Amino acid sequence: MFPVREAAADGWKDLRAAVSNHHLTTTLGWQEVATRYRRSRVGALWLTINMGVLIGVLSLVFGTLFQVPTDEFIPYLATGLILWMFFAACIGEGCSGFIAASETILQVRMPLSTHVGLILYRNLIILGHNLVIIPLVFLAFLRPVPLDALWAIPGFALVLLNLGWMMLILAVICARYRDMTQIVQNAMQVLFYLTPIIWSVALLPDRVGVAWLQINPFYHLINVVRAPLLGHEVTLINWAVVIGLAVVGWALAIPFFGKYRKRVPYWL
Amino acid sequence: MSEPARMLLEGVGVDFPVFNAASLSLKNRVLSAMTGGRIDRQHDGAIVVRGLADINLEIQAGERVGLVGHNGSGKTTLLRVLSGIYFPTQGTVDIRGDCVSLINISLGIDPEATGRENIRLRGAMMGMTPAAVNARLDEIIEFSGLGDFIEMPFRTYSSGMQLRLAFAVSTSIRPQILVMDEWLSTGDEDFRERAEKRMNEVVHATEILVLASHTRELIESTCNRVIWLEHGHIRMDGPVDEVVAAYFG
Repeated sequence: MFPVREAAADGWKDLRAAVSNHHLTTTLGWQEVATRYRRSRVGALWLTINMGVLIGVLSLVFGTLFQVPTDEFIPYLATGLILWMFFAACIGEGCSGFIAASETILQVRMPLSTHVGLILYRNLIILGHNLVIIPLVFLAFLRPVPLDALWAIPGFALVLLNLGWMMLILAVICARYRDMTQIVQNAMQVLFYLTPIIWSVALLPDRVGVAWLQINPFYHLINVVRAPLLGHEVTLINWAVVIGLAVVGWALAIPFFGKYRKRVPYWL
Repeated sequence: MSEPARMLLEGVGVDFPVFNAASLSLKNRVLSAMTGGRIDRQHDGAIVVRGLADINLEIQAGERVGLVGHNGSGKTTLLRVLSGIYFPTQGTVDIRGDCVSLINISLGIDPEATGRENIRLRGAMMGMTPAAVNARLDEIIEFSGLGDFIEMPFRTYSSGMQLRLAFAVSTSIRPQILVMDEWLSTGDEDFRERAEKRMNEVVHATEILVLASHTRELIESTCNRVIWLEHGHIRMDGPVDEVVAAYFG
């Protein structure tokens, strides 16, 4: 029988080592962002500028298409899109996490989960840049920030927790099956349209859509952060799914990672 | 101080899975049988290359082990097993003591970053904490002899300067176990002497040295035990003069 307990202990050991060596994660994660600043005055803010332009154009196109009031639609789109870009970057880069670090993995012994952790850290910094857009948008429409917006903080913590296990599992699978990277990229592209980011749930025809939406984990992940910020309601289902997903996800990811961790260097 | 370093390998074997084996032709098969490890077909049909087989080894503190063998004999694989990078597919490995491998001393260096930043990056790569890097920062800069260039981007350095910086950081640690693939040297004439001295300091400060090399003089002057690998097996293991005489002929 597959020794789950042993594998879990092994995976847990690696994760703990990565946490206690957090200086490695932050040093190497910061490096990528720092590179963007080296020869450019604006540096990583270029990503924010691109994001701002994208939000502007999409607001114009879809705001007109859907004929929704702009003061409602633009804050909705901006928060959703910024969050989605963070998800997509984490998951996309998570897939190639071990592959990209293969040179390091084959020469230096460090916790394998560090290579995933630094991707999460790096994208957090980039998200921090993009976050600047949100208060600007709120200010532009003189939209009050409800006190309930603070719920976005535990919501975001849960999002990070969920991204962590997804990235860890994907990094292992993609190191072994290189085709997976393409499949995941494809899936994320499709999910972008299946998740209410440029469209809203209110636009869905009542009977059909809403039920289908519940099986999309990214709908819940986006909602626990976006809805509090916009003063919308976070349903109990949203919280339940996000918490449940984190618990089940890590319960699977730790033994899975523990079992295959030792094989990863051979696959590179 | 921590307990003395020790490495114990029992019945260690390493099999590499080959995933793009469709292109594996007879010619390749013959060639690798002559030069490298054995290619095997596992019972489930997957193709594996046997990198190491049945390695029994005990290395105690104070031993300076030279690793010789032809290309593809499993030297690098064994170095990786000893560094804790490859977990063997068969047998057990027990390594006590912190181990640093100096295989590519430029690993982790970012050409766009300044010399000072690269010291931190390279230091982190070798497992040094930020505090440990800071404590050695001045000494590293002084040894590299870069002066004010330390604040310039790494890419603006001449290749000699680049090597000097990488060398200065990489040799600033004193691990219990040091694993090296060939000796670290620098081309720079006036730097060579100092580098040589520093390398000897590092080697003498470590409890165990494992050095893979093709150079007879190097093995003879540095090591007190030599292991000869062939086709992933230990062909000979013993005192320097015996094994070197047999291997280099």
